[in-house]
Amino acid sequence: MEVLSLKVNGDTRCLAAAPQATLLEVLREELGLTGCKQGCDKGDCGACTVLLDGQPVLACLTLAALVQGREITTIEGLAPAHRRRCAESPCASKQDKLHPVQDAFDEAGALQCGFCQSGMILSATALLQRDDDPKRETIREALSGNLCRCTGYTQIIEAVERASDEHAGREHRPRAWEQPATEPAGEGES
Amino acid sequence: MAARDQHGPQAPWRGEFRVLTKPQRKVDGAAKATGEALFTDDLALPGMLYARTLRSPHAHARIRSIDTQAARALDGVHGVITGADLPQSYGVIPWTQDETALATDRVRFVGDEVAAVAAVDERTAEAACALIEVDFEVLPARLTPEEALANPEPAIHHNERRPGNISKHVKLEFGDVDGAAAQAAQVVEGDFSFHGTTHAAIEPHCALARPDADGRLTLWSATQITHYLHRALALVLGLAPEKIRVIQPCLGGAFGGKSDPFSLEFCAAKLALITGRPVKLLWTREEVFYAHRGRHPMQMHYRTSSDGEGHLTGVDARLLIDGGAYSSFGLVTTYYSGQLLTGPYDFPSYRFDATRVFTNKPPCGPKRGHGSVQPRFAFEVQLDELAERLQLDPIELRRRNLLGENTTTVNGQRITSNGFARCLDEVERASGWRERRGRLPRGHGLGVAGSMYISGTNYPVYPNDMPQGGVQLKLDRSGLVTLFTGANDIGQGSSTVLAGIVAEELGVEPEAVRVVAADTDLCPVDLGAYSSRVTFMVGNAAIDGARKLRRQVLAALAQEWEVAEEEILLAGGRAGLFNGDRDLPMREAFVLAETRFETLGATGSYNTPTLGGDYRGGTIGASPAYSFTAHVVEVRVDCETGVIRCEKVWIAHDCGRALNPVLVAGQMEGSAYMGIAEALFEHHTINSRGLHAGPSLLDYPLATSVDTPELAALIVESIDPEGPYGAKEAGEGPLHPSLPALANAVHDALGLRLRELPFTPGRVLRALRSQAEAGS
Repeated sequence: MEVLSLKVNGDTRCLAAAPQATLLEVLREELGLTGCKQGCDKGDCGACTVLLDGQPVLACLTLAALVQGREITTIEGLAPAHRRRCAESPCASKQDKLHPVQDAFDEAGALQCGFCQSGMILSATALLQRDDDPKRETIREALSGNLCRCTGYTQIIEAVERASDEHAGREHRPRAWEQPATEPAGEGES
Repeated sequence: MAARDQHGPQAPWRGEFRVLTKPQRKVDGAAKATGEALFTDDLALPGMLYARTLRSPHAHARIRSIDTQAARALDGVHGVITGADLPQSYGVIPWTQDETALATDRVRFVGDEVAAVAAVDERTAEAACALIEVDFEVLPARLTPEEALANPEPAIHHNERRPGNISKHVKLEFGDVDGAAAQAAQVVEGDFSFHGTTHAAIEPHCALARPDADGRLTLWSATQITHYLHRALALVLGLAPEKIRVIQPCLGGAFGGKSDPFSLEFCAAKLALITGRPVKLLWTREEVFYAHRGRHPMQMHYRTSSDGEGHLTGVDARLLIDGGAYSSFGLVTTYYSGQLLTGPYDFPSYRFDATRVFTNKPPCGPKRGHGSVQPRFAFEVQLDELAERLQLDPIELRRRNLLGENTTTVNGQRITSNGFARCLDEVERASGWRERRGRLPRGHGLGVAGSMYISGTNYPVYPNDMPQGGVQLKLDRSGLVTLFTGANDIGQGSSTVLAGIVAEELGVEPEAVRVVAADTDLCPVDLGAYSSRVTFMVGNAAIDGARKLRRQVLAALAQEWEVAEEEILLAGGRAGLFNGDRDLPMREAFVLAETRFETLGATGSYNTPTLGGDYRGGTIGASPAYSFTAHVVEVRVDCETGVIRCEKVWIAHDCGRALNPVLVAGQMEGSAYMGIAEALFEHHTINSRGLHAGPSLLDYPLATSVDTPELAALIVESIDPEGPYGAKEAGEGPLHPSLPALANAVHDALGLRLRELPFTPGRVLRALRSQAEAGS
């Protein structure tokens, strides 16, 4: 066993772990942060995505011992950090307790079973940090490491667009099912 | 049908919906978005042990002996069990109980469970499994249905009534199919094949069992059938059902893949009873692939006849179904492969001859669109061929054969509401079909297909006359309404729909409704999340229960205010009169009701009317309502690489009434995504040694956000007379047309008829080569 010092969601936590322990194991089993999910334990599904210094990484492929001193953000840390930043406005409703990306996912129906959502929301948050008005193709690309089996990704993409619109103070784009007449794709598009 | 089951499709308060039919957030949305929601593997109990499963390395073998001594002696091991500890056979269908939790004398596929170990941690349990010595006598393995039929011995299951490795055979004929073919102006005939796919829910199967101090057992499991699991546990463990509590925590996707009782649930329970400690058993992703229960491979021969104007006169089908090693739901699959094809088109004669065969492969079972996705593919491609022969627009051909509403299918199923004609209109309009189909450049095409699916099944898995869906409601002076239901929310949002119904009926805000679901100690029985039954059946039960409470609240208010009950409106968390006089927070209205009627509670139930054809098997496929779907799929095919790029799917689905359009659209989009992915990418391949070709989420290619086409959900409402406020299912029906519509789009793009799934680049290139050779 090794003694590790990890900075998770703003708190420094000391714990003992085997040298081969993954960040996923430590987060779930030692720190009780079960929002980080194990879907495959092989780096295929993205359900264990966390942010490492703001960048999405797969916790199941990350050795805990190697990320000491780095800033680790799990899904549990997203909303509290957001709340700290807007501490002057006390939380009133359920929606205010959520980070804007979490809120957009909830509102848009992007959550079905919810198992992939922690990873998906963290990947989306990282995307919006570097590009606050991403094109649809950029969103698809940025989320392509997070498998979702429920939604067909449509409402997830709409949630990211919604978060982006919200951030920019724009009117929300209509969702696919809200459009009474869908325009056929033009011949010139690819 | 009991009067209690009929509520009418109208909104409760003078015809206007206040909660339903509008986008509502999910009751568990915030918990899931923040990671607070607890799934089975997120639970941990003091003193908990971890279990692992030992599996067969052989596709078919007799077990001569098992030596567990070394495993038991390993430091940290607390329990080892084998088939001898759990000999009672079970199976979800009462007539085909051919499974045991662990192999008793025979293993029937690579991955069949042989032993289980509980230890202080997973690594120790794994190490102990490796110390178990099993003496196998390897038997010949049958890896295709043809091989299994040709070699009846050694039989995969000994069954005197059905020898020769036949799991189930169904042959049903309605009308004169051969006569229709003989007299037909057009007959299209051909072979089709479906390859087999799996659910691949992102959450692996997991079970946690706790032996309680009072002699009871609690099992938390990632299951979509809490009630059937409860029954199976009682049977296999030999415990009285009242001593067992089954709880489904948050569930990370299922799609039919968690609707059998699984080995791990029995093993976790047995190990907990033996060790006296909580035991968790989580399967790895690889184990989930072997547990399977996915969509059956089928080889299908279809002959479809029509007159000169394209009116169908007969459909004749022969299906060979690869069942894998156990029965699972196979009896139902075999019936569904024929029984669910008899709409949305009207044809006067029909025959299907379906045979499900045991093979030494992971068992197949129900997957979203159970049993009917494969036949629908074959049939809808043949309709496209027929339209081509008759030089008819494929949508026009389908319009000429509409079944219509309030009618009966050729196999005796009652059809009530039917919005299929409007589904065709919607996809035709939205896709620009008339202007574009047949006129796009080579490699670019549009295809259409339709389908019909059940909203629940009349016949419960085990015969009984008790309600199929039930709820219990309590409300009190706090203003909170609690709904208890056995219904499994598996991510589809059933708890949200039920909360919406209760909020609508009682006039409270949806946030004032708490749903307690899928806990056998607390909740009335519901049969589970399968056959697209929950909104229809439990929705009706929720209306039933809520109306009883509403009557009490209204009676108390009417007395207090000295007005007629009809003048009172409960809405938005307030009680008042329609004319605007009087206004009371609902909490105070509940105080009046609790004062007058004392402690408040009600139950609600639903049972299906007696339906189905008057013949053996006629009730299988009978449903209180059917949903209808049409898709148009747009593809571009790269003729150099053979890669089909699906660009867009227009999905028009008749869901009766969309109680929550966000959830309905999500089900439609998720269904179409899954269907397209099955047509283009997914392939549950078992190789010649019985091994899965790639049991990982990388090698089993799931469509990513980049591979998935744009999906346009076009909600069509037909307002079903018996559905809750007119609602029908949305979770499975919208998958069916994806595969044939895609195949038909490839034909529009290139003139190729693809009949063998999946449509890999290699198959496309071969077809292009044959086309070029035929043309030169």
